[in-house]
This record gives sequence, C-alpha cells and structure tokens, in this order.
Amino acid sequence: MPTSFFLALSAIMFVLGILGVLLRRNALVIFMSLELMFNAANLAFVTFANQYQLLTGQIFVFFIMAVAAAEVAVGLALMVAIFRNKGSVDIDQLNSLKG
Amino acid sequence: MTLIGIIFYGFLAIVAIVSAVAMLLNRSAIYSALFLVLNFATIAVLYLALGAPFIAFTQVTVYAGAIMILFLFVIALLGAEKLSGHEPIKGQRTMAIVLGLIFVVELVLFLIFRNQGIQPMLALTQDFASPQKIGIAMFTQYLLPFEVVAFILLSATIGAIVLTRVEKPARLGAARGKK
Repeated sequence: MPTSFFLALSAIMFVLGILGVLLRRNALVIFMSLELMFNAANLAFVTFANQYQLLTGQIFVFFIMAVAAAEVAVGLALMVAIFRNKGSVDIDQLNSLKG
Repeated sequence: MTLIGIIFYGFLAIVAIVSAVAMLLNRSAIYSALFLVLNFATIAVLYLALGAPFIAFTQVTVYAGAIMILFLFVIALLGAEKLSGHEPIKGQRTMAIVLGLIFVVELVLFLIFRNQGIQPMLALTQDFASPQKIGIAMFTQYLLPFEVVAFILLSATIGAIVLTRVEKPARLGAARGKK
C-alpha cells in the first residue's frame, strides 16, 4: 500500500473535521470534529514515521494525545459552565460579545 | 501489495470515512459520539498496519475509551443531544462547503507540485516501534517534553475542577458580611 493512501485518508478526515466545525452548531459536536482533525494529523504523523523509519513521529503522536486529553477536559468543563449560564450549548446563542 | 491487503485497507478507509460523515450529519450528539468511537477504532487498526502497536493501543484506551466516555457523560449530563436544525446565518452551509472544497484543492495541488515521488511503504523490522523502544526514547531523548506534558495535564485537571465548581452564594454573602 503506498504512503499516499494513508495521507489521502488523513486529508479526507481533516476536511470532514473542518466541515464539522463550520457546519454544526452544537458545541459538543464541534468539539468532536476537532478530535477528528487531531486524529487526521496523528494518522499523517504515524504514516511519515513509517515512511522515514523514525520513531519521533510516533512519540509526538503520544504527546498530541496527552495534550488533546487535557484540551478535552478543559473544553468540556467550559461547556458545562456555559450550559449552566446559558442553558444551551448552541453556539449561535453565545453572542454576548457581539457589539 | 496483494489483493487481500488492498481490500482490507480499502474497507477500513471506507469505514473511517463513512463513520466520520455519519458523525457530521447525525442530528443526535450521542450517535455522533458513537460514530466517532467507531472512527477512532478503525484508525487504531490502521496504526497497527502502519507498524505502531503502542500508538494503536493508546488510541483505543485514551481516545476511544477515556475521551469519548467523557464526551458521552457530558452529553448525557447536559441533555444537549438535540438542537433545532434551522440556519441562522444566511448561506453558512454553502460557504462552509465551498471553504472545505478550497481546502481539498489546496491539498491536491500541494500533492501535485511537491517534488517528491511517493514510495510504497517500507517493510519495518519487528521491533521498530515496540513499547520498549518507545519508552527508552521517551525517557531519554524526550524527557523534557514528557515532563511538560505532565504539567499540562495537571493544569488541565485543576482548570476543569475550577471551571465546573459551583459558586456558593452563602460563602459570598459571608465574605461581604465581613467587610
């Protein structure tokens, strides 16, 4: 299987993640789309680690996973706090900063 | 690559893409989360195929296990699985699809214009990415980033606790009373 197969899959998943962030208005689904993009990037990392026979790519995937876990913890805490204040996680209702 | 291999990888790729699209299109956030779990599991199998067993199992435990369970708990806790489907910003959907297409075109152009042939995957040695090798590299060459990640996780934990703490009005009143 050529490397480009995995890179193409990674690119398609990244684009689907972008579409999810742009299209959906449920903040939780936007978060999930972000995770999808993280995964696409991780897949590209592992593919290049395989291509160049370097372990560095895989170790960075591990670090990215740890940082993604931290990001999810803080993000979901923010979601809960926003839901307490606004009663919804619809991002269209979070327009208090609009002038 | 044999025909069976092509069918296997093609099937995995199709499952990954279909579950990602299903996650995107599903109205219910719970179903979206479950489709994302399927996607993560598929990607974990692809990691195994790419010679990264450690990353594959980390993917299953950390992503499909911990992170998505956290998502499901929050969705169940907030009861926010369904939102109305109306479109408040005019033309948001078309604009989003156009922007996505522009990104695809950029990727394809990059792939065409970069001066590097695409080689087939190399055969890896048996212990290329064994947990032992990853551990040695992580605790010698990458010790500092490892410690930094530990602090990031600690601060994220503290941040999550502080953000979700309920402010007690009684304590606030007591503080005001002291003044």
